[in-house]
Amino acid sequence: MWRDIALRLRALFFRWRMDEELQEELQFHIDMQALKNRRGEFNAAEAKRQARLQFGSVVRATEECREQRGISFIEILINDLRFSLRMLRKAPGFTAVAVVTLAMAIGANAVVFGVMDVLILRPVNVPEPESLYETEYGVDTGFQSYPNYLDLRDRNRSFDGLAAFSFAFVGLDTGDNPSSATGYATSGNYFDVLRIQPYLGRFFHSSDEHGRNSAPYLVLSYAYWHSHFQDDRGVLGHVVRLSKHPFTIIGVAPPDFRGTVQIVSPDFFMPIVNMEQVSGENLLDARGNTHAVFETFGHLKPGVTPAQAAADFQGVGAYLEKTYPKEFAQKSFSLAHAGLSSFGRAVRAFVAGLMLLAGLILLAACANLGSLFAARAADRSREVALRLALGASRIRILRQLLTEAVLISLLGGAVGLLGSIVLLRHMSMWQPFPGAPIHLPVNPNATIYGVALVLALVSGFLFGIVPVRQVSRTDPYQVVKSGSSGRVGRRISVRDALLVLQIAICAVLVTSSMVALRGLARSLDGNYGFEARNAMLVGTNLTMAGYSGGEVAAMQKQMIDAVKTISGVEFAGLVNQYPPLVYAAGSRVNVFKEETKGRTTSDIFSTPYRYDVSPQYFKAAGTALLAGRDFNWHDDKNAPAVAVINRNFAASLFGPGTNAVGLYFALQDGTRVQIVGVVENGKYLSITEDQQPAIFLPSAQSPVSQSYIVVRSNRDPQQLAAAIRVKLRELDAGLPSDIRTWNDLLIVALFPSRVATVSLGVLGAMGAMLSITGIFGMAAYSVTKRLRELGIRMALGAQRKEVLRASLGRAFKLLALGSAAGLFLGILASRVLAFIVYSATPRDPLVLAGVVLAMALLGLLATWIPAQRALRIDPAILLRDE
Amino acid sequence: MAQAPSRLDLLQGTLDLLILRALRAGAMHGWAISERIQQISQDILQVNQGSLYPAMHRLEHRGWIKAEWGISELGRRARFYSLTTSGRKQLEIESENWSKLSEAIARVLRMA
Repeated sequence: MWRDIALRLRALFFRWRMDEELQEELQFHIDMQALKNRRGEFNAAEAKRQARLQFGSVVRATEECREQRGISFIEILINDLRFSLRMLRKAPGFTAVAVVTLAMAIGANAVVFGVMDVLILRPVNVPEPESLYETEYGVDTGFQSYPNYLDLRDRNRSFDGLAAFSFAFVGLDTGDNPSSATGYATSGNYFDVLRIQPYLGRFFHSSDEHGRNSAPYLVLSYAYWHSHFQDDRGVLGHVVRLSKHPFTIIGVAPPDFRGTVQIVSPDFFMPIVNMEQVSGENLLDARGNTHAVFETFGHLKPGVTPAQAAADFQGVGAYLEKTYPKEFAQKSFSLAHAGLSSFGRAVRAFVAGLMLLAGLILLAACANLGSLFAARAADRSREVALRLALGASRIRILRQLLTEAVLISLLGGAVGLLGSIVLLRHMSMWQPFPGAPIHLPVNPNATIYGVALVLALVSGFLFGIVPVRQVSRTDPYQVVKSGSSGRVGRRISVRDALLVLQIAICAVLVTSSMVALRGLARSLDGNYGFEARNAMLVGTNLTMAGYSGGEVAAMQKQMIDAVKTISGVEFAGLVNQYPPLVYAAGSRVNVFKEETKGRTTSDIFSTPYRYDVSPQYFKAAGTALLAGRDFNWHDDKNAPAVAVINRNFAASLFGPGTNAVGLYFALQDGTRVQIVGVVENGKYLSITEDQQPAIFLPSAQSPVSQSYIVVRSNRDPQQLAAAIRVKLRELDAGLPSDIRTWNDLLIVALFPSRVATVSLGVLGAMGAMLSITGIFGMAAYSVTKRLRELGIRMALGAQRKEVLRASLGRAFKLLALGSAAGLFLGILASRVLAFIVYSATPRDPLVLAGVVLAMALLGLLATWIPAQRALRIDPAILLRDE
Repeated sequence: MAQAPSRLDLLQGTLDLLILRALRAGAMHGWAISERIQQISQDILQVNQGSLYPAMHRLEHRGWIKAEWGISELGRRARFYSLTTSGRKQLEIESENWSKLSEAIARVLRMA
């Protein structure tokens, strides 16, 4: 076997040498024979002549020997390749269209696969990622309080160690240039739970934790070490300042470890027990603060299933609820693969959806090329018939056609892959939010190349086999006799079916992208329950600036008053933590009906979003007060508890239409809260959320040091920001503040819809292009095929309209059929989109009209050139031609 | 190609066996093989010299014999063929088949 292949390869590459050797061998034989003959009765010349006679035909022997070398598989392949290349060169337009079509389709698949690869297939770059799970607590979030984490860590029996981390946004001062940096604040066992080893120095461990602020150690990420310390191995032991507190650099993480949330690559890792030094708040003992820990995760013990582990956690949760009833919110545990955190489900659904659409694109491209190939095969039926007549086997001819198809698909695959590599490189550099360390660590790798290759080969075979039936049924006698145009096609051919399929797929894509675009357009001018335009947000953290206790609320009031004095400022109001839709942060609170006595989980009526706001916040935010009154500065700790609720919550508490003002509800700690006002509904955590209940409490009744002041003004944002800075400096020169427009901060909330829209838009554009090439190919082909018939019709006096109908009517019919099918499917598919794109609804007359119009335009565009050609037919020239 | 394949196959098979058998004595070049076949068969079997070489190339492809360039007894470069291990096995199988066949034919001829 191997010997045979080796010989064949030798025959292939050293053809001339083999021939020479064969000649030498045969000559040797004849010479030997001649020598023997000399020993007999012949003279030299006669001996040679006799020897040649005895040998027989040297040429024939040579030929037969060559044949033994075999027309090998490889030789056929090379012949086919050569022939295919020649054929493709002869039809550069066809080749270009085919290659570009495939390049786009395969490129799109490679890019989407690249994203899927990094987001879904390769969760985290650590040993044994498949058993690494994060706990989700409540609705799709991993948030947890630190004391609860400790209980979960110590009381669960399912995990081989449970680690926790949160994010730390700090100013990092290496001595000369303080700059902001983002890191993970992790539990001491973080690296041990992940089972990874440091690249340099050491990691911190559980044994380094001795309570509050006891472990001022810092581990740098490889990338940060590389870019900020120039790979200096001497950095170990150096002391740097994080938010003015000294930390010692003890190690560098391995290069391929980029943290445990895929899209946030940290600059450093610090112990979470030292978090107070950088955040200003001690959260280690705050059991009620569920934002201290971003996520807990660990390796499941061997044999433990995620379901068992979740049940185990539920048990711990029940214990916590019983032990700390006041601080425990209504939530339940579930488990998910670590790496994507709480975005996991949405991201996975979206990427899977994209992959599906990309697959559809490829399928459409294959259908497109399949019909092109079938058309070409029909055009070449004469050539095929001739070859059949001359004795070529059908297999051999099919093989050649298939070689041609695969050659094109490989070319297209290569071009597409190149394009996708460029695109993926750009994406890996891309930072969607300026200043935030969020990015997509996609990297072109061998898997992506492999997938592109497989896709190319598969699609090559897919569209390559379309003309098989055509060829295998070719009757050389008939074709050679009557010419290829003699046969009238069946009513519905494979080509027609393929075209309808392709147009349907393209219409699905166009529909989806239109739905998404329309959704985005709506979400941009949608009603969020506040007016982001002309609103400036001034973020401060007073604890970090050294305020404590009663100073916090007093200072906040001073700041609001100071900002109000700026000319052009209409309103200013404060909201604790974050305003709605900023950084996707929102806290919920357990609410009970007034008459409910119990305070257990089952007694909870609802868990609305909770915002603590100052007087005038609603005016500053542009939230309409529907009934009752706004807060005033007398709603403080000494006054009775009051609240403003949104319409949705009012309706669910007391039934729609009831005036809620003056009525009561209760909080977890038993406080009876009187409703003093009702405001309009809005969006709180994400733009795509269903309408949620929300309550607003007076910030003076529960002051928090981290807050945003909402400033409403028509002034230019930059001037306004500068004026605000001046005012704040007058109050406290050392107060750090974060001043940005509300719209700027909405980027994060709008990001998913934007990404969805851009990617769907691109796929939709590709679908549109594919349908253009498909319809164009079909129309051009049908015009070419019927050129003679059309010429005769024109010679007999047919009008332009009739010619057009004859030549393009079929194309339009197929287009209409395909579009209708695609539109229907697209509407079904778009239901999925509603999860990601705000108010994406396919039952939108504008979308429907848009799709129909787009498909009609595409059809017109694609048939324009063939129609022109049909109209320019000069019957005289045409008929003389034959 | 349309050259009455069935008869050719039979002849080929026979020729293959003769070549393999001739090579059992050791490596030799093409001419020597043809000479040897004639010698052993006492000139009864007239091997068509021209068809000897395609046959040998075929055997080489099958891996039953291998070829190397060497120096002939008269000091010229010549291609020497020798049996491979699988060729030796093949020779055994084919010899056995052949004797069974000829025995069977002989029996038929005797009985008929």
